[in-house]
Amino acid sequence: MANRPPIVEIRNLFKSYRRGNQTLEVLSDISLNIDDGEFLALMGPSGSGKTTLLNLIAGIDSADSGTIKVGGVDITSLSETDLARWRANNVGFIFQFYNLIPVLTAFENVELPLLLSGLSKKARREHVEVALRIVNLADRMDHYPGQLSGGQQQRVAIARAVVTDPSILVADEPTGDLDRVSAEEILELMERLVHEIGKTIIMVTHDPRAAKKAHIIKHLDKGVLNAHPQADL
Amino acid sequence: MHILKLIYKNAFRHKLRTFLTILGVTVAILSFGLLRTVVSAWYAGVEASSASRLVARNSVSLVFPLPLSYKEKIRQIEGVKGVSYGTWFGGIYIDEKNFFANYAVEPKTYLAIYPEIIIPPEQWATFIRDRKGAAAGRKLAERFGWKIGDIITLKGTIYPGNWDFVLQAIYKGRDETVDETAFFFHWDYLNEALKKAGRLWTDQVGWYMIEVKDPNLAADVSVRVDKVFKNSLAETLTETEKAFQLSFISMTEAIVIAIQLVSFLIIFIIMAVVANTMAMTARERIGEYAVFKTLGFGAFHISGLIFGESLFITMAGASLGIVLTFPAAEIFARELSQYFPIFNVERETIYMDIVTSLVVAFIAALLPAWRAVNIRIAEGLRRIG
Repeated sequence: MANRPPIVEIRNLFKSYRRGNQTLEVLSDISLNIDDGEFLALMGPSGSGKTTLLNLIAGIDSADSGTIKVGGVDITSLSETDLARWRANNVGFIFQFYNLIPVLTAFENVELPLLLSGLSKKARREHVEVALRIVNLADRMDHYPGQLSGGQQQRVAIARAVVTDPSILVADEPTGDLDRVSAEEILELMERLVHEIGKTIIMVTHDPRAAKKAHIIKHLDKGVLNAHPQADL
Repeated sequence: MHILKLIYKNAFRHKLRTFLTILGVTVAILSFGLLRTVVSAWYAGVEASSASRLVARNSVSLVFPLPLSYKEKIRQIEGVKGVSYGTWFGGIYIDEKNFFANYAVEPKTYLAIYPEIIIPPEQWATFIRDRKGAAAGRKLAERFGWKIGDIITLKGTIYPGNWDFVLQAIYKGRDETVDETAFFFHWDYLNEALKKAGRLWTDQVGWYMIEVKDPNLAADVSVRVDKVFKNSLAETLTETEKAFQLSFISMTEAIVIAIQLVSFLIIFIIMAVVANTMAMTARERIGEYAVFKTLGFGAFHISGLIFGESLFITMAGASLGIVLTFPAAEIFARELSQYFPIFNVERETIYMDIVTSLVVAFIAALLPAWRAVNIRIAEGLRRIG
């Protein structure tokens, strides 16, 4: 793995927000490599900039300066439209509150990203069924989010994240809204995605138990990155 | 799963709100359609006018008559094909609320100029023969339950006394633009009765109807007619039938303008109702739109979802409103036939309904779509939870 280039390369990244007349520096000179197939946890106190960093890696926010390369593509130089297309093909998202569309069934929610892929209906069905099988929810594909537990909804969200076979998965507090048992199931599922399918996962979490599942933990404090090996926890 | 399915499902997320919005659009389109039909009914006489018919009346006012002797002089004017005349009788049937238009005319020539009035041949023959005979429109006869042979008594207002007529003919219009609520009788009957009673205005007519050989000659013939009677005791004012009808409408123009304003106000109200629904919808789902953007959906899809939903709700209401306009107009026509002899929902009104609904749907979705498309993903995602 060491011979392969990192899937994510971040160099000298700065990000600030304006609040009224004040400029709030959120990320300061971040440089980071993430290897393919790695499970990385970003930790830090509230307001430390970890979600901002995750958003920048996922291409849903823009940096003030610096570069982010994902799979060799410098996403900081892409236009809005190109970035949207890039996200659709390369990034899977797992959110704290699942963010499923309530009027769509589990099947339809997982199918959503594929609507942009140009695949036939039959091919889409095959992909969705595989994704739902991976998360052990093939028998619930016709259920609406409101008919599923929190853990099941998050599994549907994970199926939606992997259905396009993206290069990286980004997860923002994926267990933050779940009970302990469900959280454990989700973390095990994420581990499986890394070990069995070879996915790269970048996860923001407050939960040390969740972070323990990661290969590498990075701490952010006031916008500055510090590496912490898992053994430290 | 198709985007159209998502639009449909989105539209019914808040069933009560969607139902009330659709109901609002339905009522508004129904009202708009009826008001436009009222305006059309106002102009029905103008629309039914023939380009080859002229009306010559006293240049001072329609109230003043013209001598009967003008008929022959007009007939000899170059470009004139036929001449007839009529007088407004203004009779009341039982009660003033039973108003309908009634005229004394010279039937043979008058109805020859109006080929759109169709009378069965046997009824026509009896009507012509009977000096006290009268012809009524189909709707008028239906309204009062008149049958052929019935004696109809009108109370004169301009010509005092009770006037008895025998209903000898019931006419139909050639098409739906023809007024079927008028009542015609022999001018000779009126004139002779006036002579017998020693009244004024005998051998006088209210107006002349002139048929021209070629509609292109209408302006020239008008000028020629008026020239013939210039400096006479009763100068004429000759104009096309359309201009004649429009002169009546101009007297009530303020009402027509008011109705038109109200109809456009209704459009504004529909727009406010749908815009409010769409604004609430977009505000509630801003997080979802951020999720769509995260997944790679662009402005086209996101605005498509909002415009599609707005279009669905508006067109559902509009379709219902259009469908209901027809039975509502029938009830309107039946109840107000004395005011609006012709009350038909025109094709143009339906087109206006559709175009208006499309415009409303588009404008109502414009701002919510703009907001949804331009929301920063990170900001939109923060609104969830």
